[in-house]
Amino acid sequence: MWRRSKHACLRATQFAKLLFSPHLADSSYLHISTGLHLPVLLSADVQSTCNAGESTGIRIVCGVYMNWKRPLNQQFWKHWQRGLATSPGATKVFRDPRFAKLEESDMQHFQEIVGDKGVIVDSSELEVANTDWMNKYHGQSQLLLRPQTTQQVAEILKFCNSRCLAVVPQGGNTGLVGGSVPVFDEIILNLGAMKSILSFDEVSGILVCEAGCILENLDTFVGTKGFTMPLDLGAKGSCQIGGNVSTNAGGLRLLRYGSLHGNVLGLEVVLANGTVVDMLGTLRKDNTGYDLKQLFIGGEGTLGVVTKVSILTPPKLASTNVAFLACEDYESCQNALKEAKKQLGEILSAFEFIDRPALDMALCHLEGTRDPLPSKHNFYLLVETTGSNEAHDKEKLDAFLEAGMELGYFVDGTVAQDSTQAGSFWEIREGISEALVKAGAVYKYDLSVPIKSFYRIVEDLRAQLGNAAVVVAYGHLGDGNVHLNVSAPKYDEQLLAKIEPFVYEWTAACKGSVSAEHGLGFMKPHALHYSKSEEAIHLMEGFKKLLDPKGILNPYKVLPACAATSTCFVSV
Amino acid sequence: MKIMVAVKRVIDYAVKIRVKPDKSGVETANVKMSMNPFCEIALEEALRLREAGHASEVLVVSMGGAQCSDTLRTALAMGADRAIHVSTSHSLFPLTVAKLLQALATSEKPNILLLGKQAIDDDANQAGQMVAGLLQWPQGTFASKVQMDKEAVGSVTVEREVDGGLETVKLQLPAVITTDLRLNQPRYATLPNIMKAKKKTITQITPEQLGVQITSDLEILEVFEPPKRKAGVIVASVDELLDKLKNEAHVI
Repeated sequence: MWRRSKHACLRATQFAKLLFSPHLADSSYLHISTGLHLPVLLSADVQSTCNAGESTGIRIVCGVYMNWKRPLNQQFWKHWQRGLATSPGATKVFRDPRFAKLEESDMQHFQEIVGDKGVIVDSSELEVANTDWMNKYHGQSQLLLRPQTTQQVAEILKFCNSRCLAVVPQGGNTGLVGGSVPVFDEIILNLGAMKSILSFDEVSGILVCEAGCILENLDTFVGTKGFTMPLDLGAKGSCQIGGNVSTNAGGLRLLRYGSLHGNVLGLEVVLANGTVVDMLGTLRKDNTGYDLKQLFIGGEGTLGVVTKVSILTPPKLASTNVAFLACEDYESCQNALKEAKKQLGEILSAFEFIDRPALDMALCHLEGTRDPLPSKHNFYLLVETTGSNEAHDKEKLDAFLEAGMELGYFVDGTVAQDSTQAGSFWEIREGISEALVKAGAVYKYDLSVPIKSFYRIVEDLRAQLGNAAVVVAYGHLGDGNVHLNVSAPKYDEQLLAKIEPFVYEWTAACKGSVSAEHGLGFMKPHALHYSKSEEAIHLMEGFKKLLDPKGILNPYKVLPACAATSTCFVSV
Repeated sequence: MKIMVAVKRVIDYAVKIRVKPDKSGVETANVKMSMNPFCEIALEEALRLREAGHASEVLVVSMGGAQCSDTLRTALAMGADRAIHVSTSHSLFPLTVAKLLQALATSEKPNILLLGKQAIDDDANQAGQMVAGLLQWPQGTFASKVQMDKEAVGSVTVEREVDGGLETVKLQLPAVITTDLRLNQPRYATLPNIMKAKKKTITQITPEQLGVQITSDLEILEVFEPPKRKAGVIVASVDELLDKLKNEAHVI
């Protein structure tokens, strides 16, 4: 039964390839799966013209060829399921048979490298490490490794490369696109045990630390010296700096301090074959050769594992003010942004946007929060200033608020009178993500669009979905980055079909980014072409082949070619 | 009916304080200051009483240097009707504060004097009780509930948080009430009110005009940080624990 089905499967593949060859680009793959539904997975460009609902014609073709009237063997069905990765919204992916399976001898080898403490096979710990923060993606890894030094990471990767064992680098596991958890049984390489701070220069503010340091702890540490980390995000209590760098995390203060591409001065990375590349410079300016670290910043762990980071921290300024403002329409929000940049200028440190449904979501699901304003409005802005002189900053803020009120940009608002009130405003903004997860299933989109179009996509999507789900929008208005979220009681393929590719096509039409700061991970490789050209994607694939020829680092993610694996039979 | 609320400007609750190198006090230069949280609760209660119709005017008072005006502006932005700033550069201790409040109460004649139960910088918890004694007014301290009846004019019922539980007292007006944490959640000062507050009056007055002589009846000798808590030790067995308790800690 097994051999016959495999044969039939291969024949079906050949037939389908013949049928569809005019449509397939060189680097694309075609998969056919056996099973009752016989979905056909095609390369991204063909997919856009023929999505799940319209593939009936192809199904029939393959069905006839496969002789599928014969009832499927129960065992075969189980095996098939085990070889299949399913996550909401992603095309069905198969485990790449090129990757070896974990054996007892491998376990012994790892134990020799990291010791007993570094090898974790406990099922409850594995379950946590296999599940992403949104509880949306679930891997099936059987092994979690926790190295304590770069040397151990190098030895692990060298061994895995020789055995062709797939590896997922993991930090705080707070990513939102499923990039930090395994898809199948990849070994999880968690850097959480590498959490030492190596050095801090109190004059320049340059911090050198290991990749497993938690962002909030680093902020507290440099805070005692009068500095602050250049990035801040809601996950700061759990996320690690290695992960932040690997995903080029943006956050709330990008408006003021810029992106990690500018603030990271050096990295130490370990490549797939175990080579340690020391680029851990602490120099503000260094134009010697190609700036290789930029590849790894935002590489999402697919080109190398970041083990040490050298980052520039700005001084921590004494005076912060936070204002929570209400606007009637989106046009006023844009005007308020313009006015803020004009009046607040160099002291503006955050400009966040929250719409009414998002605020309701936060107030409903987060304990201890309350609406800062007495009446309900349509849009809210959270404006923060950071400066060195309290009186000077307050004067500027007052001028901005007066101008805004007079010109009718905001209809109401409040300024935090003490840090407790300021904290409560930030709690609302930073907690919306968490509130959405508590509310049920959430489809999360992170788009960079021109500020003028920022809210139109929300309105269009609302019109598209009707009562099926609640669409909320919030984000970094100052950077033109909207976090578009669709909240539904549970994950539903039909709902997803209405959202994608509508959202991506809308974004591509205004030349926006389909992933402003969350990255591609497991969720969005198929959407990469909406924001990057074919040539660019080919170049990226070239880098991947160069730095990781066996493809063992974080497979099935980021690049479309990696997300589509070339197999059509089940591995047992 | 008039309510007078006394507020104090203190180091912000969330700031990590540092002791000055000469141990004379806590570092206050370039540190964020704001209204004492208990005073905020007192002001909020006064505003609620006014909104319920029990009072017609809320007057807020603060004492100290020029920067007190910031705190008073905040109070006005929250909704107080007018403010008085007792301007002095002397350091003020509870008895002096009580004497100044006594003088103000005598001239302004409020029916209720609301204060926070204590300030978070000195944790003295004395001013409210002292001023009640000086004025010979009844006092309801550590209030977790304040109720005024439209029928029972001339009195106020206060539920107090005491060690044994809750105590309810009925006070004849005029009275002094000091507020505790669970009384209410202070409102945010909204923009229109912040703008309006700029036009409200802050009356400046000196201790001399009030007829109070500022004497320093207390002197701060030294301020130092508590000793850093030492890390604990994990013991391997009960015998080791007993050994340590006996020979190192000398407690058994």
